[in-house]
Amino acid sequence: MKLNFELFNPKGFISEQQTDLIITVVALLLIAVIPALVLTFTFAWKYRASKQSKFTPNVSGNTKLQLGWLGFLILIIISVGTLAFKNSHALDPRKPIQSEKQAITIQVVALEWKWLFIYPNSSIASVNFLQFPEDTPINLEITADAPMNSFLIPQLGGQMYAMNGMKTSLHIMANEVGDYRGFSSNISGEGFSGMKFTARASSDRDFNAWVETARISSGSLNYNELAKPSKNNLPTTYLVAQTDLFDSIVMKYGEPIHVR
Amino acid sequence: MFGRLSLEALPHEWYTLGAVVSLGLGGLVAAIFLSKKKLWGWLWNEWLTSTDPKKIGIMYIIVALLMLFRGFLDAAMLWFQQAVLNGTSYGLSADHFQEIFTAHGVIMVIFVTMGLMFGLMNYIIPLQIGARDVAFPFINSLSFWLYVAGAIFLNLFFVLGGDFSSAGWLAYPPLSGLEYSPGVGVDYWIWSLQISGLGTLLGGINILVTILKMRAPGMTLMKMPMFTWATLCSMVLIVSTFPLLTATLVLLSLDRLIGTHFFTSTMGGNPMMYVNLIWMWGHPEVYIIMIPSFGIFAQVVSTFSRKKLFGYSWTVASLIAVTLLSMLVWLHHFFTMGAGANVNAFFGIMTMIIAIPTGIIVFNSIMTMYQGRITFGTPMLWFLGFVSTFSFGGMAGVMLSVPAIDFQVHNSLFLVAHFHTMAIGGALFGIFAGFSFWFSKITGFKLNEKIGKAAFWCWIVGFFVSFVPLYVLGFMGATRRLDQYDPSTGWQSLFIISFVGLLIIATGAFLQVLQLIHGFLKRNENKDLTGNPWEAEGLEWSTSSPPPDYNFAVIPGTNKIEEFHMPKNTPIGIYVSGFVFLVGFGAVWHIYWLTALGIIGAIICVIIRALDEDTEYKVILK
Amino acid sequence: MSHTETHERSLLGFWIYLMTDLLSFGVLFATYAVLSPNTAGGPNAKELFSLPFVLIETLILLTSSFTVGLAMLAVFKQAKQQALIWFGVTFLLGLTFLGMELYEFNNLIAEGASWERSAFLSSFFTLVGTHGLHISVGLLWMAVSMVMIWKRGLTPFINSKLTRLALFWHFLDIVWIFIFTIVYLLSYV
Repeated sequence: MKLNFELFNPKGFISEQQTDLIITVVALLLIAVIPALVLTFTFAWKYRASKQSKFTPNVSGNTKLQLGWLGFLILIIISVGTLAFKNSHALDPRKPIQSEKQAITIQVVALEWKWLFIYPNSSIASVNFLQFPEDTPINLEITADAPMNSFLIPQLGGQMYAMNGMKTSLHIMANEVGDYRGFSSNISGEGFSGMKFTARASSDRDFNAWVETARISSGSLNYNELAKPSKNNLPTTYLVAQTDLFDSIVMKYGEPIHVR
Repeated sequence: MFGRLSLEALPHEWYTLGAVVSLGLGGLVAAIFLSKKKLWGWLWNEWLTSTDPKKIGIMYIIVALLMLFRGFLDAAMLWFQQAVLNGTSYGLSADHFQEIFTAHGVIMVIFVTMGLMFGLMNYIIPLQIGARDVAFPFINSLSFWLYVAGAIFLNLFFVLGGDFSSAGWLAYPPLSGLEYSPGVGVDYWIWSLQISGLGTLLGGINILVTILKMRAPGMTLMKMPMFTWATLCSMVLIVSTFPLLTATLVLLSLDRLIGTHFFTSTMGGNPMMYVNLIWMWGHPEVYIIMIPSFGIFAQVVSTFSRKKLFGYSWTVASLIAVTLLSMLVWLHHFFTMGAGANVNAFFGIMTMIIAIPTGIIVFNSIMTMYQGRITFGTPMLWFLGFVSTFSFGGMAGVMLSVPAIDFQVHNSLFLVAHFHTMAIGGALFGIFAGFSFWFSKITGFKLNEKIGKAAFWCWIVGFFVSFVPLYVLGFMGATRRLDQYDPSTGWQSLFIISFVGLLIIATGAFLQVLQLIHGFLKRNENKDLTGNPWEAEGLEWSTSSPPPDYNFAVIPGTNKIEEFHMPKNTPIGIYVSGFVFLVGFGAVWHIYWLTALGIIGAIICVIIRALDEDTEYKVILK
Repeated sequence: MSHTETHERSLLGFWIYLMTDLLSFGVLFATYAVLSPNTAGGPNAKELFSLPFVLIETLILLTSSFTVGLAMLAVFKQAKQQALIWFGVTFLLGLTFLGMELYEFNNLIAEGASWERSAFLSSFFTLVGTHGLHISVGLLWMAVSMVMIWKRGLTPFINSKLTRLALFWHFLDIVWIFIFTIVYLLSYV
């Protein structure tokens, strides 16, 4: 059993930058936290009553010191704030990732209680298993036909809510071939803890082979049957005849709300 | 006739039956004891119907401690499941597990921390500002009983069956809507929050007016003790945000009761609006429970350093800044809902800015120790515990406020560890500090410091053993609220360490109970005769311990002994909240005549009370 | 404790309560603003509401705000008879307003435009209905107050309560002006 510190073991274009960001922010914040702790325990020790050191009971403030501390905190928050602002844009989950390779769109539907992944260009779909080629930008379009879920593969990038009648998007790109843990991070009912899947980044060849196999060997998808509540579903692939399946799921709830 | 309530709904699981039986037995024992000692009249006349904020304060604390016991058991069950029972067939079912963490959250935030805070405020605030009473004694009693009614609602399913909500402590639709949660659970949740929230709102208005209008002559705003200042800020937040909770819950219950479409996914409803509205209350809510602790710590550190508080006006300004800013950051709870980069960045940066005034509050407390004569009474230890935990919790908070980081750790155990650090290390440690600080004032006898310190060490060690593994699990990508996880992740060892931490905390809690029992048994030896055992400053220390009903014979700042009026006790607060309880009960089980009856009853009681001119008695001191 | 002190405290408390109530209405207004375009294929505001009818409703409520002012003037002058008359007039105006609102609701439901039809209608009924509920509470309060004036006269104890009743009534008037503007007038723009 090997412990995997997924947040410090990033394998994706986005998640690598997130890890760097986490480390930078922690370092910046420690600049304020460490002095506070050191001062606290130094003072507590140095000015303990039994020691009878210098005693100034009537000192009730020091404007210079206050301003200094205030300025110090403001500087730290400005630097963290700048990082936050820049990276909100740089790592915006809605922003397509630039790459020489053609991006692949995969549509994600959170169901009760499994993930359905639709590959609109390949006319196949899979449940609780997601495969895509490495070093290729993946555009995920996300919706739900279930209570709200959150789609997350920590080693590849951030998470995004999956909501009824709404379409959200997330962009990821894997830097390395491998199997990564994906799951829902938002409580969505009884089968919530079983809403996990393997996200497999493979070589282009393996990916194409997988698609071919799925095309040949899968049965066709009966969406209404699949959408019924079920738990801990095993990975399966399907043929999808309906080209606008994803849109019809979004539209099912009336006029769609595009999250802006 | 009885709506959805039928025999099948009555409890039949072993744990609910067990709870019913033990509740019944406990009640029976208490009843026999009270009858034997002929204490029923005393209980009713002196306590339950009391309008004395000191007695109401004590009752708040007792109820809150009972709820703490239940909330703690819930936590233990959750952790036991994740640490020991994961992957076995003996564990809790998913639904049951989810009900427990939902209840745990609601209990700890709404009923434990709020209850303990209101208890301390009721007791201490009038004393600190030199008043004999609060502004509206009857409403005070009503607030308390509404809080009790809410607490009963939360536990009612044990006795009456149905389930509790399994939709998380803030019950996001559509999961909490009729389609996915058709049972009574979410309705129990709604009414528990609604009724106790009403009590909180009334209590907030009451204490706010008390502080603004009833300070003794000479106590200007900038002379108020820090706990009073912090309470004032907290109450401002209550009156500014609890109305939002009330309205939002009404909308959610209309969706469930009469088929409106506010938060449904169909017919134009918008669940995202609920998420916004509930956090516009929910985020300030965590500051409502946090801010009073800042005030307590400021007073504790100044008392135990034998010094004036460093930078009083800076601390006041910072408290006000935190209060205002906390209303502008709600969106950071759902960066992952797909808002644009600019919106996310704005709310993230607003959130970080709160760290500045908070940092100043902590810094001022630390500087107060500089060149002081520090003694390490139990309250002071809680303060040091606060600084050590809160610094890390605050750091985690700023990390979470960076949207790009939040995309990774949102809903993870890192988040869980963060808010427990704030709620335990910040709010709860503050309450414990205040509790040990003012205990002798409230009871008239002192507690054993040795046991108190041992309890503190258990809490602080247990805290780190319990929550450091959760931060680590968060970095391993462990999400929260999982009733089952894949054993191959290797998380179990960390969950086990965390569970050991919980046992250490439990030892600390046990020692606190022991300290109370010990103190009570030795109460005659440890009398607080001076009224000021810590040699602290402040009006509350100028009167006897415990203070007389009227707090001060002579109002501080005046010099004439006058005759004055005090409020009579009244049972109407109990009646009103009883009827309000029926309103909610009828709504949960669709027994609409009962709802109507409750409304009419409550209105009649309020009218009777409003028309009563004989609500006070005269006190003439000799 | 003197009556003035109690009165001042209650007045401050009541002002704060009114502020909290305003915030609750704020949620309902915001909800209406967000959801009013979401008619889910059902009727929209323009098709449903009759402006002249609502204008009459509005004028009636405005008048009642004026008459409650006259009633309070009578209270300050300690003119019991006059106070009773003006409160009575206010009560009747309020009752008429409530009756008209219920009539409008009834018509809407009969046309199939109930709160179940769409999110827009849910938010409409809740916003306007909550105001109506407040009016009902005000009417009950006023009825009880009139009995008390008649029985106990204009004592400081009663007058203090009447001050708050009048405040409450003016408050509902202001909220209605917002409803009239946002719900009814804007649907015609």
